Amino acid sequence: MIAYVLGRLLAAIPVLSAVAAFVFLLLSLVPGDPAVVIAGDLATPEQVEAIRRSLALDRPLVERFVTWLGHMLTGDFGNSLFSGIAVSELIVQRIEPTLVLALMTIVIAVTVAVPLGLVSAYHPTGIVARLTMAGAVLGFSLPVFVVAFGLVYVFALGLGWFPVQSYVPLSEGLAGTLHSLVLPAVAVSFLYIALIARVTRAAVLEVLREDYVRTAHAKGLAARLILTRHVLRNAAVPVITIIGIGFAALLGGVVVTETVFSIPGLGRLTADSILRRDYPVVQALILLFSTVYVAVNLAVDIAYVLVDPRIRY
Amino acid sequence: MAITVSSDSTGRGLARGRSLAARTVRFVAHRPVLAVSSGILLLFVAVALLSPWLAGDPGTLNPPRRLKPPSATQWFGTDHVGRSVFDRTLWGARISLGVGFAVAITTTVVGVLVGIVAGYFRLADTVIMRAMDAVMAIPAILLAIALVALVGSSPLVIVTAISVPEIPRMARMVRASVLVLREQAYVEAAITCGGRVHSILLRHILPGAAGPILVQATYVFASAMILEAILSFLGAGTPPNVPSWGNMMAEGRQYLQLAPWILGFPALGLALVVLSVNLLGDVWRDMLDPSLAPSAAGVTR
Repeated sequence: MIAYVLGRLLAAIPVLSAVAAFVFLLLSLVPGDPAVVIAGDLATPEQVEAIRRSLALDRPLVERFVTWLGHMLTGDFGNSLFSGIAVSELIVQRIEPTLVLALMTIVIAVTVAVPLGLVSAYHPTGIVARLTMAGAVLGFSLPVFVVAFGLVYVFALGLGWFPVQSYVPLSEGLAGTLHSLVLPAVAVSFLYIALIARVTRAAVLEVLREDYVRTAHAKGLAARLILTRHVLRNAAVPVITIIGIGFAALLGGVVVTETVFSIPGLGRLTADSILRRDYPVVQALILLFSTVYVAVNLAVDIAYVLVDPRIRY
Repeated sequence: MAITVSSDSTGRGLARGRSLAARTVRFVAHRPVLAVSSGILLLFVAVALLSPWLAGDPGTLNPPRRLKPPSATQWFGTDHVGRSVFDRTLWGARISLGVGFAVAITTTVVGVLVGIVAGYFRLADTVIMRAMDAVMAIPAILLAIALVALVGSSPLVIVTAISVPEIPRMARMVRASVLVLREQAYVEAAITCGGRVHSILLRHILPGAAGPILVQATYVFASAMILEAILSFLGAGTPPNVPSWGNMMAEGRQYLQLAPWILGFPALGLALVVLSVNLLGDVWRDMLDPSLAPSAAGVTR
């Protein structure tokens, strides 16, 4: 088990190095001289030269990559070109809303999607199953900001239950924070619910066909016990897998939703920094999001062992 | 291209020699989802192609008549500077469907090439698939906006930026199909007979993988339209002087309370097209492999 975890950690290193190389090369993809692009239209030749030297752009590409990677690994992400603040400090300032939003989204998505998938599998022709499958196609088809604006129009502008846009920090009380994030979290969870509900339904359908479920029924085991002991546990692996894979949709959704709702989180910071061409911030954030995504899927792989004792490493 | 395939494959199952109207009725009754979704998609394709004739100039300003609700003269109302939302929505269809088609084709061509090389030539496999893993580890939206913002927004860059995150998914699927197909007896026979590599790939392996590739291409088409709208919405996509559904929604968001139609019509257009493309993909997938219906195909996204 420990050997397996170590092996998986090692396997993540080439993927993350490739991501790092890719993110680094993004800067070199800029047509023309990056220093000129960064300095902007009004810069003097001296300013451009200063930027070129401060970014060490006059050094060879490989040397720059190694230096840059070394800085990244030691937590030195450089300074924002826009505000001059250290990127690591910016991330610390902005991480709270994003963490709360991501956690809320996962909780909403799992508590809604897993029961829906279960009921749809138990009664495949029932009304819940039909609505869930139709809703899942909708979930795949509606862009996150269309869902977000629909929710704002009905629940914020129409009914006035939630704020149109504002974020209440945790320091002012958990209830206020959660209330201010209800609409964004529901909007982001839409696609996630569609993914998880579909996979849960398919996984449970598969398990229900197994001999051991028929045996359990035949020996008169209560339906509730069959569900908890046999069905849920055996259907858990694909469901956990899709929660991990779908995390990418969540991260992407966060970038868009934080912009729609003006939430001062990492997603908003990403969108703003990309538009401001604040390269050090963009590089650090893409690397951070990708690392989180790889880490979540690593955790998922390890969680298999906990839910399914047949999987041994 | 996509539409011809649908009418071909269903036409075969229907009785020949009846009148066109009778056959149409039978087709709709037999496969309502396929009929409705391809109908909606065809309508939007027609609108996109014909928008220069159907719609007026999308840039004509008419400030005295701004923020007017939908009426008999202005079917979709007017926006904050008095431009016709109807004209702009119709022009926006060109961008959305155009980007969708271009990305679907790019992704399919590149993804199939990469997938075949990785699946058939074992030496290249590890290197290629690790690179694909790395691209897949970056959330698609982030990768696309980063590319567009860094390189600058032109139609070519937008299509490339949306294709790059989609290619690994296509390549993975093709590679998986090739791994299965190359073990098939007929492929082994062709190799034994001394067939050249390119003819084995083109004549024996590619046709076997064509079905899943087509289905995956429809999902790519749908998600490309969503990504393009997101890019334009965030200001990293289509420039503001070209009407696209994404930048119309971005402009309309300040007027959501006063004039919901500015945001509502492009949103409705986008939702309808993406929904019909996704449904088409689902129908084709179920036709290809009934045992998969409705399965975890969403995973591929």
